[in-house]
Amino acid sequence: MTTTIPKDDVAVAPAVPAERAVRVRLGPRHLIIAGFVVAAFVVPLLSSSFVTFQLTEVLIYGLAILGLNLLTGFNGQFSLGHSAFYGIGAYTAAILIHNYEVSYLWTLPAAGALCFVIGFLFGLPALRLQNLYLALATFALATAMPQILKFHALEGWTGGVQGLVVDQPEAPGFVPISDDQWLYYFTLIVMLVMFLCAEFLIHSRTGRAIMAIRDNPIAAAAMGINNSLYKTLTFGVSALYTGVAGALGALAIGFVAPDSFTIFLSISLLVGLVIGGVGSIPGCLFGGLFVLYVPNIANALSTGLAGAIYGVILLLVIFVMPAGAAGFVRIVVARISRWRQTSPEES
Amino acid sequence: MAAATDPLLDVRDIALRFGGIVALDGVSFTIDEGQILGLIGPNGAGKTTLFNCVSRLYTPNRGDILFEGRSTLRRPAHRIAEIGIARTFQNLALFGPQSVLDNVRIGAHAKSRSDFISDGLRLPWVLRQEARTNEITWSLLKLLDLESVAHRSADGLPLGTRKRVELARALAAQPKLLLLDEPAGGLNHGDVGELGTLIRRIRDERHVTVLLVEHHMNLVMSVADKVVVLDFGRKIAEGTPAEVQRNEDVIRAYLGTTREHAA
Ligand SMILES: Nc1ncnc2c1ncn2[C@@H]1O[C@H](COP(=O)(O)OP(=O)(O)OP(=O)(O)O)[C@@H](O)[C@H]1O
Ligand SMILES: [Mg+2]
Repeated sequence: MTTTIPKDDVAVAPAVPAERAVRVRLGPRHLIIAGFVVAAFVVPLLSSSFVTFQLTEVLIYGLAILGLNLLTGFNGQFSLGHSAFYGIGAYTAAILIHNYEVSYLWTLPAAGALCFVIGFLFGLPALRLQNLYLALATFALATAMPQILKFHALEGWTGGVQGLVVDQPEAPGFVPISDDQWLYYFTLIVMLVMFLCAEFLIHSRTGRAIMAIRDNPIAAAAMGINNSLYKTLTFGVSALYTGVAGALGALAIGFVAPDSFTIFLSISLLVGLVIGGVGSIPGCLFGGLFVLYVPNIANALSTGLAGAIYGVILLLVIFVMPAGAAGFVRIVVARISRWRQTSPEES
Repeated sequence: MAAATDPLLDVRDIALRFGGIVALDGVSFTIDEGQILGLIGPNGAGKTTLFNCVSRLYTPNRGDILFEGRSTLRRPAHRIAEIGIARTFQNLALFGPQSVLDNVRIGAHAKSRSDFISDGLRLPWVLRQEARTNEITWSLLKLLDLESVAHRSADGLPLGTRKRVELARALAAQPKLLLLDEPAGGLNHGDVGELGTLIRRIRDERHVTVLLVEHHMNLVMSVADKVVVLDFGRKIAEGTPAEVQRNEDVIRAYLGTTREHAA
């Protein structure tokens, strides 16, 4: 009963209309992003050096939040431990510059590579842990990190409780901008490249596998996706992103100390993640804005009640944008396009 | 080695127990290439459990499962798709928040290669592969009449549509053997008729061998070349649809439990 019919490709099936095979369709999303990129290049030319410094920090937080988002938002693994990866990245940069006089340019790949390895290794035992247990394990990582950095056997490297002073990058002679602006543009370019890579990754076979594991691990396995491999590698890449952000943070601030990298940093990143939009790449930058500016705003309104005001603002934002900034923008764009479709002047 | 006459799938004396429950108790049968085999039996007979053994979500306590003459039992679940076995799930297991298009593309995972670095840098060879994946995906969306919902997320779609998405996703792996677990469940009468035609077309045009679990007797009897009947984890009958329908044990098993399904 078996004739050996060639088991050939489905690809023999009718050809696909060309515009469908091409993925990139320009939409409102691209316009919004393009607008932000232009603004990001122009704003520091018009603002004070303090604002430029703050915006540099926004970009850095945005990048750190993107690292967390790759793991939590896209792969469904929860982490309270990203302050540790941020801290390891920051100390890698600081130690290389302070102790070994390495050029700041090389500290980023070094921090990224080290954090990737540590993240990957941490991802192995994390495979056995579900949700709350994974939260606890990563919480332990976050609480251990400042103590490890203070540990006196490592003081020769880490500077112990005192921390380390980091020589900051200076603008090269051929560009007519201040050091603050140079640092900003340097950070901006690193951030844009890494955001673009994340965007490519998420919209690829790998990205679909990462999200499939989040949405249904059993079905993912039935599709041939190796859950363990993708989860540990995603852990590594996530740590890499946050680690590079940490290294940039050390360069921007010019100083590292153990108590900058406590569990509170992890929670700030988590807040940024939720506010920006779980599973949104551009949303991470909005999360960075929130993490940097809202505590300052709260402080400016009332020093005594800053914590309470911060809490109220947080609640209001969650109430207005339950799906984060990214979800909010999506809804607004959908409303506008629907309104334009129904309005009479469009024929 | 697989000779030309070997069956595509050879299930040999499979047994599996969950605590005190014997879900499968020495089941054996074979499917030849190009066949549509209907697997029927009352609720709890062990049909889904058998599927889960073939797709390696469960490991049987006893017996062996050969695919193209080789045992599948040493493979982990995520290395079953690559040898040409794809499945759908009785209770639907879609990637809910993702678009229909992406759900089907994920089905092509086992038939493609990539790594974090090539994908993160969007290297040209990845793009070429992606174009092939898209071509396969769109042809399946067309086949299953899903083009109009391609960009909608799977979550919000009606049951019948989601079932078609599962079928498209399974076909995207370009399987040799397709396991369908109650594809007609929840469909209305007309849709069931179409489904029967579709399953035939998939076998005839794409040369896919089909293992079909179904309670819907009209469907099974009209499309299956061979029917295997399970009851309480045992095979109680096997034969052509006509033979099975006349079988005393089968009639008794169905009268004893889910009579309405047999109608
Ligand atoms: N993971 C499990 N743990 C414990 N018992 C299970 C498990 N999976 C199946 N069973 C039991 O094994 C038996 C066979 O179940 P199975 O789901 O294979 O039946 P089925 O033939 O697919 O039934 P239905 O037609 O209702 O889908 C049932 O008694 C069921 O309760
Ligand atoms: Mg079942």
